[in-house]
Amino acid sequence: MSIWRTELESRTPPWRGPYAPYDLIKELCIAVGAIALLAVLLTVLLSSPDDPPSTIAQWSRQLPGDFAATAAKELNGTSDTAEYGPPYNHSSGSVQHFLILHPQRWLGVSHPIDTAEDYVVKPLETIPNDPALSAALVEYKAASTTQKKEWTEAYAKPLEEYATAVEEKKTPPSTVTVNTSTGTVTVKTSGAGPVPTMMASLQSLAQSGGLEGGLVSSRQFFQTDYTKPLLFIADGGLLEERAEGQHLLGDQWGLMNETGSYPGQPWLWLYALWYQVEPIKSSPNGDIQVLLIMSLLSLLFICIPFLPVINRIPRWIPIYKLIWREHYRSQGG
Amino acid sequence: MPPGTPSGSGAPSHSPGASSKSWTVKLRERGVAALPPDKLLPDGQPTYVASWIYVFGVAAIASLIVIVGSGCILALKGPAWWHETGVGHFFNSIHLWSVELFFAAMVVHLWGKYWMAAWRGGRARVWVTGAVTFLVAIPCALTGYVSQQNFDAQWISTQAKDAMNSVGVGAFFNLTNFGQMYSYHILLLPIAVVLLVSLHVLLVRRHGVVPPFELQDKLAGATPPGQAPSGGQQ
Repeated sequence: MSIWRTELESRTPPWRGPYAPYDLIKELCIAVGAIALLAVLLTVLLSSPDDPPSTIAQWSRQLPGDFAATAAKELNGTSDTAEYGPPYNHSSGSVQHFLILHPQRWLGVSHPIDTAEDYVVKPLETIPNDPALSAALVEYKAASTTQKKEWTEAYAKPLEEYATAVEEKKTPPSTVTVNTSTGTVTVKTSGAGPVPTMMASLQSLAQSGGLEGGLVSSRQFFQTDYTKPLLFIADGGLLEERAEGQHLLGDQWGLMNETGSYPGQPWLWLYALWYQVEPIKSSPNGDIQVLLIMSLLSLLFICIPFLPVINRIPRWIPIYKLIWREHYRSQGG
Repeated sequence: MPPGTPSGSGAPSHSPGASSKSWTVKLRERGVAALPPDKLLPDGQPTYVASWIYVFGVAAIASLIVIVGSGCILALKGPAWWHETGVGHFFNSIHLWSVELFFAAMVVHLWGKYWMAAWRGGRARVWVTGAVTFLVAIPCALTGYVSQQNFDAQWISTQAKDAMNSVGVGAFFNLTNFGQMYSYHILLLPIAVVLLVSLHVLLVRRHGVVPPFELQDKLAGATPPGQAPSGGQQ
């Protein structure tokens, strides 16, 4: 039990050797002054980043094809958010587990999002004095689930082909026409029922800035929860496009970066590291694996005084002789 | 102890009804016994406390004071202010850089304390409170990043949510909920960090700064196991 006595002995008497004068409060005041001065110096030299947020209005104007394709997926129930699973819905697209641990499923749906209703139908219902849209909504809501699926797929499929072609830098299909100057998207398709009318109105609503307002303040006047508009805009390509240019993607160690050349959160380097390592990198359960590894490492970090070998290493590698070199010099050794 | 007699702290009791059953008296006696004034605010340190490494602990505390100060100024004006005015942006920058300095100082401090094996001599709780402070400071900073109401906040919140959701934490700690994150960032987590740092500092004062290995071994060997040392710092 010598380890416990020497490393963790709780009854070691206080120091009885020589003392040097020390002014704790003066030292703290000087330190606060020095750090404040350093922070001011860094502020004057480097400032801080504040890239304005992307809005749904900007997204629908700058990337109208991407907006239309994303909105069609929301209506069709095939977007990332629609297929996510808890805490947003009962799907399973992004549900992770580790062995018998299924915490994501256990905690259930705490922030329910019905993408078709929340991102398309309900916002459209707020548009007044548009008989064509009203008729389209009546037709859509009265249809069976199968019929709705057929309509949305007939509309969404050409847009998905268009989005894929744009991503792969190929010639887009002729069924989709995107006018970037007017921000309009036309999908030549038969069998889409009222969906083209609905989506054209949604595009106009988004471009006018009315959609994000509708998503945030759907229930009450004051709102501070941006979950719905953030997940909607993240389903599209605008945020990712901006993030890639700012080295913020996961494979760019984006977890610990921020816009510009600012240091971001370098203390997250160990979290970010695991995302670069196989098999975690390509695992569908990568997040829970990283969090569990980091939880275990954090626990070990807290318990270092009690870990048999780890707590002896400082004795074996005499870095302490550098740290206390004044002391050892005064001792003559 | 008879009512009205001086307590163990040396301070006379003002109330004739005060007794050893008084919670207040017990707390005072325990507090003063653990940390008498000359131990809490010392005017001397053991001579071995002479190294640049000791600067980083106090630098971390000083950074925390600047963080809290700049954070209070930002809180006074509300979350939109720093986007709209140069003065606001200045204080936001101070806040950011003091956070970077805080973590940098903490990391060096922690490495220093590891190589000093600073948990020796009954100081394990000092290490544990320091380590927990570092771990609690991480979500404290993260909630700040997602409360910025700019592109960084949009990107970080929508990316980091997957990690939170994967372990079920997202059910009650929603990174995309600005109101919740702002509350965590400016109230709940700073209180936790400040309390932990306070506890850490009190424990350092209680146990004193860890001596070099051979001095500590000599001290430990001087006291037979089971025998309590005399209290107070010389």
